[in-house]
Amino acid sequence: MNATALAADEFDPASVVTRDPVVRVEGICKHYGSVEALRGIDLQFERGKLTTLLGPSGCGKTTLLKIIAGLVPATSGRIIVNGRAVTGPGPERAFVFQDFALMPWATVLRNVGFGLELKGVPADERNRIARSYIGEVGLQGFEDKYPHELSGGMRQRVGIARAFAVNADVLLLDEPFSAVDEQNRRKFQEDLLRLVEMERKTFIFVTHSIEEAVYVSDRIVLLSPRPGRVSNIIDPRIDRTADPDDIRRDPGYLDVVEEIWQGLRHYAE
Amino acid sequence: MTLFGYRIPMMASLIVWALVWEIVGRLDLIFLIPPMTAIIVAGFDLMQTGSWQNATLVTVRSFVIGMALAIGVGVPLGVMMGRVKIIDNIFGLWVNIFVSAPLSALVPVLMILFGMGEATIVVTVFLFAVWIIVLDARAGVMQVPPSLVEMARSYGASRATIMRKIILVAALPEILAGIRIGVIRGVKGVVIGQILVAVIGYGELFELYSRSFDMERFWALTLFLFAAAMVLSAVVENAEKRIEYYAGAR
Repeated sequence: MNATALAADEFDPASVVTRDPVVRVEGICKHYGSVEALRGIDLQFERGKLTTLLGPSGCGKTTLLKIIAGLVPATSGRIIVNGRAVTGPGPERAFVFQDFALMPWATVLRNVGFGLELKGVPADERNRIARSYIGEVGLQGFEDKYPHELSGGMRQRVGIARAFAVNADVLLLDEPFSAVDEQNRRKFQEDLLRLVEMERKTFIFVTHSIEEAVYVSDRIVLLSPRPGRVSNIIDPRIDRTADPDDIRRDPGYLDVVEEIWQGLRHYAE
Repeated sequence: MTLFGYRIPMMASLIVWALVWEIVGRLDLIFLIPPMTAIIVAGFDLMQTGSWQNATLVTVRSFVIGMALAIGVGVPLGVMMGRVKIIDNIFGLWVNIFVSAPLSALVPVLMILFGMGEATIVVTVFLFAVWIIVLDARAGVMQVPPSLVEMARSYGASRATIMRKIILVAALPEILAGIRIGVIRGVKGVVIGQILVAVIGYGELFELYSRSFDMERFWALTLFLFAAAMVLSAVVENAEKRIEYYAGAR
């Protein structure tokens, strides 16, 4: 199936095949007072895949992610994770924040182990797990540093390590690289792909960068602005075995970027 | 500050002023200003007297009880105001009125309510200190980044855990700053209270010395109070610096 060929107006969400959904979003609507932020969102997120919610600012993509996380209540509709309807945060989901949300008074080690600390994991064990994930994100030697001693990119690595440390099935990433400079962002995207490959977890990723979405995603969900609705679903099918720099020059990659831009440009006036 | 290439420590200015004071005192220009050395000698003599020791005990006791109440009430109230809109609406206006009100004017009323004793002084200390503690605790809680609270929620923290591990810790620098200013105001409260009541503690001694024109003892007592206020403030400031080290660049 070549989903990229679907134009926004003839798009039918039911036509998108999803095997083994971990997260199901059913009829989610969200109103803030009289403002309608999301309207009738139906989505399924496949196990072991990275799905991106992409759209112009104000389309409610972060709101939708926070509803899935259980941080924001939906006005109507259901979120089903691993077959169970959820109404609040749960241990099977972990969140990575746009502004990192690190405790400035705690060391890297304690920040990474904080999810485990809240679960009541004993100090020895949580430090051991935290150390291994600190290594995984490339921060060995920074265990005893404080967040303000790290660069923006390193801080987000701490946020990602913290999310991995709790061993959740689903990782929710809210524009994790938007506060990171461009060179670091590319490195990050490559590292993220490596982690997706290695950890076999379900990733739900929010971004407003088309290039980033196409580069990292197995599937892209395009949202339209106010009220946010699913306007298209695209599977980029990029060959990720290739060299990262070759991927960014690959005609297939560039075509998908162009395709999405054409779909979104009328929202940008 | 440097002078002729030598670094002059901050305390040097104190010594210069003490010297000026000494010279003015020795010249015997005004009876209000006795020589500094005489004041210091009077201070040491004063410390031996039972009336001073008793006054100090009463003063410290009123101050400690008043401050403990101010912190015990002020911090929780400020935290609640920062977290709960309704509580903020109920108390916000009053706290803002009292924080800038001339509270000395209330002391005579307090005397009628609480009598001419320690209770009035305790209440005066409390009223002088509590409002700024409330306001700073509130400001501290309100600047806690919402994403930190969301982060703790997303990892399954209960409300009590969020309060204990995130909000109170994140607001600690502001809470301590409020307590430091509260301590300074509390010292003012204890002195003003005692002077207005005039029959207990340092107030009684001040009254006694100023009426009998015993300026050496009068100034010695004043120096004690100045020193106490500075030491207390420095102690809290020291605690603040430690906190700021890890609160870092927020």
